[in-house]
Amino acid sequence: MYFGEDPLFGLLRRIGKPVAGHRPWPRYATTAGGWRTMIEALGGNGWSLLGLWAEPGTVHAAIREDMAGDLAVVSLDCPDGTFPSLSAARPGAIRLERAIQDLFGLTAERLTDARPWLDHDRWGVRRPLSDKPAAPMPNPPPYTFLPVEGEGLHQVPVGPVHAGIIEPGHFRFTCNGETVVRLEEQLGWVHKGIEGLMRGKPVEDAAKLAARVSGDSTVAYSLAFAQAVESALGVAVPPRAVWLRALMAELERTANHLGDIGAVCNDAAFAFMLAELSRLRELVARTADACFGHRLMMDRVVPGGVAVDISEDGPARLLELVAELRRRFPPLVAIYENKASLQDRTVGTGVVSGSLVNRFGAGGHVGRASGRGLDARRTPSYAPYEDLEFEVPVRTEGDVNARVWIRICEVEQSLGLVEQIVKRMPGAPRNEKGERPLPRVPVEGPGGEGMALVESFRGEILVWVRVNPDGTIDRCHPRDPSWFQWPLLEAAIEGNIVADFPLCNKSFNCSYSGHDL
Amino acid sequence: MLTHILKALRGGPVTEDAPPASRDALEELGARLRTATQARLGRSLSIREVDAGSCNACELEVHALNNPVYDLERFGIRFVASPRHADVLLVTGPVSKNMREALHRTWDATPDPKWVVACGACAIDGGLFKDGYAVTGGVSEVVPVDLHIPGCPPRPVELLAGLLALLETSAGK
Ligand code: SF4
Repeated sequence: MYFGEDPLFGLLRRIGKPVAGHRPWPRYATTAGGWRTMIEALGGNGWSLLGLWAEPGTVHAAIREDMAGDLAVVSLDCPDGTFPSLSAARPGAIRLERAIQDLFGLTAERLTDARPWLDHDRWGVRRPLSDKPAAPMPNPPPYTFLPVEGEGLHQVPVGPVHAGIIEPGHFRFTCNGETVVRLEEQLGWVHKGIEGLMRGKPVEDAAKLAARVSGDSTVAYSLAFAQAVESALGVAVPPRAVWLRALMAELERTANHLGDIGAVCNDAAFAFMLAELSRLRELVARTADACFGHRLMMDRVVPGGVAVDISEDGPARLLELVAELRRRFPPLVAIYENKASLQDRTVGTGVVSGSLVNRFGAGGHVGRASGRGLDARRTPSYAPYEDLEFEVPVRTEGDVNARVWIRICEVEQSLGLVEQIVKRMPGAPRNEKGERPLPRVPVEGPGGEGMALVESFRGEILVWVRVNPDGTIDRCHPRDPSWFQWPLLEAAIEGNIVADFPLCNKSFNCSYSGHDL
Repeated sequence: MLTHILKALRGGPVTEDAPPASRDALEELGARLRTATQARLGRSLSIREVDAGSCNACELEVHALNNPVYDLERFGIRFVASPRHADVLLVTGPVSKNMREALHRTWDATPDPKWVVACGACAIDGGLFKDGYAVTGGVSEVVPVDLHIPGCPPRPVELLAGLLALLETSAGK
C-alpha cells in the first residue's frame, strides 16, 4: 500500500486513539508500531513534518497533509526512553532528535547522528527537562566534527563570535583552495532554556518569554503563542484584535525583509543599498513605534487580544507609510535588478534544489525560492487572512537572487495587506465615557492543549502548548522555521567559494536564538 | 542610480542631531572612572559587539545605529570585526552558559584599556532568562561592566546617548 495517498486522518484513526482536549487540530496517541507506520507514510511527498518535540517520557510529532492543509499531532509514550527515529524519512528531524536527547534524555533508535546538539557540557546538568536530570559528565569529550578526507583539503573554523553584529554560531568549513567542499554547523550557543523557563509560569509571563524566542520575529511568536493558548482554552478573541495582530505581523515582515535585502546587497559589497534600505526599515520601525508604542511591537500581541490599540493617528500614518514605501522602494528594486555587479554575485550563488527543500520541509523564503510555495497564512490559514487578498510568490531557481526576489515580492504583498487591513479593520465602538475599550478578553478556561502555525517573515512558526487548569503553562514548545532551513545552508554553500558564504548566509538569515531556544 | 544619488545629494543629509550624552550613563561612568583609573582613549572608540545569548532584538537596534539616520560613525565610533581592534565590548544577552567562555576569551583578546557595556535588560542581570539552568545571569557575572544601558531592547537613541557618554568620559572631557 502507498501510504502517501492515505488521507492523514484515515491513517491516524487506524494507528492511534484521539486524545481529548487538543485544539484546533486533533492529537492521537499511538504505539511504537503505529509510530513506525507514520514514519513510512512520511517517506512520501504529500506530508510535511512540522515539528518534533518531547516532554518527560513522551514524544510528539506534528504533521500536515500539504494539499488539504490538515494538521495533526501524533504522540508516543516511551517508557524505556527510546522511540523510532524519523530521520531516515525526514532528515530535518535529525537535529530535533538530538535536541530531544539533550533536553529530555529520550533517544531516537537508529538516530543517524547521535552527537549532542544543544548541550555543550556547560549547563552543570544533563537532561535538564527530564524527570531525572543527571549530574554533568566529569570529563566530557570535546565535540567531534564529522571527518573529512582528501588531498589538499584545509579547514577554516569560524565563530561562535563572528565578525559582524550577528548572533553566535560555529561554522566549520572544509575547503579545497577557495572552494567550500563541506560546511558543518555547530549551533546551540545561545540556548537559554526557554522551554524550561516557561514551565509553571502564568500564561502572561510565558507570553513574554515567547515574545523573546527570536526577537526579530517577536510579533509572529507572540501571535503563535497567543493562538495556541486561546485554542487550548477555547477563548474567542475580539475581531478588532485579530486584525490589529495581522497589521503588526505585516509591519514586522516588511521591516525584516527591507533590512535583509539591504544586508544581502551589502554582503555583495554594495553598501549603497544597505544605506537606502536601512532608512526605509527605520521608517517602518518609527511608524510602528508611533502606532503601537514599541519599535519592534514587542509584547503588543498577548493571549486574549492585544496589549494596546493603535494610536489615534495610527491608521493615517500607516497609509502614509505605504505610500512612501511604494514611492521609494521600486527605484531601489530597479537598481538591484540592473546592477551587473550585484547580479553577478547573487545569480547562481548558493543554490538549493527543490527536492531538498521538500525533504527538509523548509518554509519561508528558503522554501519559496526553490519552488515550495507553502505559507501558513494560506495553509492551514488563520484569521483574518481568509478575508484578505494577497499572493504567495514562488520561484524555482533556489539561488541567492531568488531568495532576494521572494522578499521583494513579499514586501509588495505586505504593503497591500497593511492597506487593506487599515481600510477594513472593524472599528472600536466607544463606551459612554467616550473611551475605546481595549480589544482584549480574559484568558481563562479549564485548561487544555493547543497548537498554532503562524507565518513569520522567516517561515512557519509552530507553537504547541498545554495549559494547566490553574492557568499556568505545563509544557510549551516553540519550533522556529530555522530548524528546517539551517541544514540546507550546508548544502547551499557546497561548491561555492568561502567569500560567498556571508552572502548565502544572509540570504537565508536563519535564526540562532529561535533555534537554540 | 545616478539620478537617485543626485536627488539624495540635493535633499540634504537625513542624519538627525545627536541626543545629549545620557546623564545616568555619565554618572555611572564618572564613578567608575574614579575607582578604576581608566586610561583615556581620545575622541574615538572602536566597538566589538558580542551577542552572548540575546534574542536578536538588541542586535536589530544596534544595527540601526549604523543607518544614515543615526550614523554612529560621525562621532568617531565604529564597529570593528576583531576584539583585538576594539576599545569597547558591547555585550547583549543574559550570557548563556554556552557562550560564557567565548565572551571571556573575547574580553581577554581586547587590549587594555577597555570598557564593557552591557546592552539591554538581559545583559544587565539576565532579565527574563535569569532563573534558567542555561544562563549565567548577566554580563557582570563573567567580565567587569562599566556601563549599563537598560531597555528591552534599548532604543537606538538610548544606545547613542550611552555611547556618547562613554566617548566623553573616555576622552577625559
Ligand atoms: S534585553 Fe530584551 S531585546 Fe535585548 S536580548 Fe534581552 S530580551 Fe532581547
